[in-house]
Amino acid sequence: MKSTNNLVEKLETILATLPEERRHLILFLHRVQQEIGYVPEEALSRAADYFSVSPAEVYGLVTFYSAFRLKPGCRHQVTVCQGTACHVRGAPELTAEFSRLLGVRPGQDDPERDVALRTVNCLGCCALAPVVVVDGEYQGQVQTDRVPEIVKKLIGNK
Amino acid sequence: MNRARIRTVGELRSLRADLQAVPKPERLVSVSTASCGRASGALAVAEALAGEIRRRGLEKSVELRLTGCHGLCQLEPDLVIFPGKIFYPNLSPEKVPLLVEETLIHGRMVPELAFRESAGRKVLPTLNDLPFLKKQLRWLLDRHLTLDPDSLESYLEHGGFLALEKVLSGPSPEEVINLVLSSGLRGRGGAGFPTGLKWRLAREARSEEKYLICNGDEGDPGAYMDRGLLESNPFSIIEGMIIGGYAVGAARGFIYIRQEYPLAIERVKASLEKTRAVGLLGDNILGSGFSFDLELVRGAGAFVSGEETALIASIEGRRAFPRQRPPFPVVRGLWGRPTVINNVETWVNVPLIIQKGSGWFSGVGTAGSKGTKIFSLVGKVRSTGLVEVPFGLTLGEMIEEVGGGPEPGQKIKAVQTGGPSGGCLPASLFNLPLDYESLQAAGSIMGSGGMIVIDEATCLVDLVLYFLRFARDESCGQCAPCRLGTARLVRILEKITGGQGNPEDLDRLEKVSRTMQEASLCGLGRTAANPALSVLRYFRAELEKHVLDRECPAGVCRGLVSYRIDKDRCTACLLCLESCPAEAIAVAEDGYPRIDQNLCTRCGACLAACPPGISALKKLNRKEAESVEKSGEK
Ligand SMILES: Cc1cc2nc3c(=O)[nH]c(=O)nc-3n(C[C@H](O)[C@H](O)[C@H](O)COP(=O)(O)O)c2cc1C
Ligand code: FES
Repeated sequence: MKSTNNLVEKLETILATLPEERRHLILFLHRVQQEIGYVPEEALSRAADYFSVSPAEVYGLVTFYSAFRLKPGCRHQVTVCQGTACHVRGAPELTAEFSRLLGVRPGQDDPERDVALRTVNCLGCCALAPVVVVDGEYQGQVQTDRVPEIVKKLIGNK
Repeated sequence: MNRARIRTVGELRSLRADLQAVPKPERLVSVSTASCGRASGALAVAEALAGEIRRRGLEKSVELRLTGCHGLCQLEPDLVIFPGKIFYPNLSPEKVPLLVEETLIHGRMVPELAFRESAGRKVLPTLNDLPFLKKQLRWLLDRHLTLDPDSLESYLEHGGFLALEKVLSGPSPEEVINLVLSSGLRGRGGAGFPTGLKWRLAREARSEEKYLICNGDEGDPGAYMDRGLLESNPFSIIEGMIIGGYAVGAARGFIYIRQEYPLAIERVKASLEKTRAVGLLGDNILGSGFSFDLELVRGAGAFVSGEETALIASIEGRRAFPRQRPPFPVVRGLWGRPTVINNVETWVNVPLIIQKGSGWFSGVGTAGSKGTKIFSLVGKVRSTGLVEVPFGLTLGEMIEEVGGGPEPGQKIKAVQTGGPSGGCLPASLFNLPLDYESLQAAGSIMGSGGMIVIDEATCLVDLVLYFLRFARDESCGQCAPCRLGTARLVRILEKITGGQGNPEDLDRLEKVSRTMQEASLCGLGRTAANPALSVLRYFRAELEKHVLDRECPAGVCRGLVSYRIDKDRCTACLLCLESCPAEAIAVAEDGYPRIDQNLCTRCGACLAACPPGISALKKLNRKEAESVEKSGEK
């Protein structure tokens, strides 16, 4: 867990690079998400202050855009593409299989095993459908029979 | 490399000439390393190549170049060797030593590594032999074969900034606009609005400040034309926008890229810095007195932010909510100022038109649609990838000749164009030419170039449900017709695919769809029902089968299929039992596994688990299941 001081420092460092114009607010959230892994409450109120908008507006942005999360993420992340090309090549079955073996529903986190299952609408590698991103690494043409091996490599037998 | 500022047209010309005069190595090896290539392991292949080239002392005679997307995404990792365009698909690091020995040292093609349409067919050794490319006209994509996307020098060597040079040393902004207008270029982002006309409206708008935007949000799930361009040729987007800025009278522009494309973001960012460093962006470009600069904006994940007014709100730091048009962005756009927003591919076409002339450009295409269009051809065809064809090619030529027809043993039944805003066109319409008007008249749209081929194994009702769930989830929720309409359509379709549909549901589908078309605030809601309407129009029989016969011909809809174990084939290995996530399979008194139909969620895990040689598990549609039940087997 990060101490509050540390967090405040991080937020200030990010803010120091950004002008106070509102248009940089989304960039600020991107940086926070990237550095801290989520957008903590302190960031919401600090941003509202800095960019002169209401906290509700900042909250609105964080919940509107799928890039931001309000809770800490997990160390491991499996993202299964749900784009059309992946859909017609078996993404639903693939998602179900990951869900079954990881024991989490799509969109959910498992804090205990530190793994999250996510979905995304197209990664732009549609010719390789169905596409899965495992801890940042893209894998194409993933058939359901490869899922056990991927899951095992990812979280061992936890 | 640190380059000095290029201050005049003369300096630009001599730099380009110098770069072009540098002696080239005997051979160029081009590896496709855009996102899709990387996902298939292209970087490992490139690394192996670099190592082997060094080991064999070939550094002087061979240049290894990591390029953007060759478009042959399914054959990646792939490489092309110049001269001769020798082509090797589906490489892996182990294949590299042989290839280096034979082709780079001895100049011989390696038949074992070359492309064949299928095992046993004859070898197609060069890129030009590929059937996939025969009907294509790759004005934009061919450059990706040799261009180094990270290098401004490489772009210059390929004739980069020739168009800018031309624009800044002669014609007036009006003349530039007229040139673009007479080329017939139309927006590639979906609506097909004439680009020159949009520019003229913005030019004529009275305002101190004007802005340009490049729409790189590429929201259509299942399409990636713009990603291909952003990652492979970022400088041409920048050049197009500088020209646009000059024509419209704008000093600032923004390139908006969806956050799901990290490599594109990185590339464009670096390219902007390099262009600025040599003074081709910034104050007083090439001593012309014209100043222009560009900024990168990263999207944050929302389909609706591709809609132009929503995208503007997003750049302003707001939620991506579309607003009523008019006023159009050319009148009131970013921060209330006149704004030209064009798609990535539209911008990339601009330098080409300036350089080659409007007559050259409009010489290709149909009466209303000029030039070429990039499509991402995916789904159930043999060859998938990025393709570029002249407007007017028929759907059939695209699917049969470029795409190579259906996968073995399958039959193509439809093609979906235009993504969630488009429609499904049946095989009987495959003689339609690809142009804006023809597709629209047939009930689909050109869209931004997504093209998904669908065969008999894909259920169209399920596909429509997929698109509507997407639209429901991505609806911004501001207007009722879209917010409630998409949710309503999803419910009706879930009922139908779940086996609970009745004939009135089809009328309801149609009625809700029409209301959404007429009453929604923005393009998302107005077009979200298009997939449903097109299926009602062309595939009513498939819908009715779901409703009246409770049958899904493709065997996809979970509510309409069931799984049974054929005792005559079963060896009681119980792999199915272990695989069942719902614990719906148990061993019955006779020692064989049996599926409890009430617990079964129809996920199909047991079918996948049953060993292929045994195949005791059967997927049955409702009718088959009923007849099995009648005959007494449980
Ligand atoms: C829901 C919705 C999503 C859109 N998404 C995109 C997109 O991802 N990329 C794009 O270029 N245009 C998209 N458009 C079209 C834009 O509103 C706009 O027409 C286009 O960027 C104009 O550029 P063009 O004239 O060069 O095509 C979308 C429109 C709607 C209604
Ligand atoms: S649809 Fe999955 S990568 Fe595009």
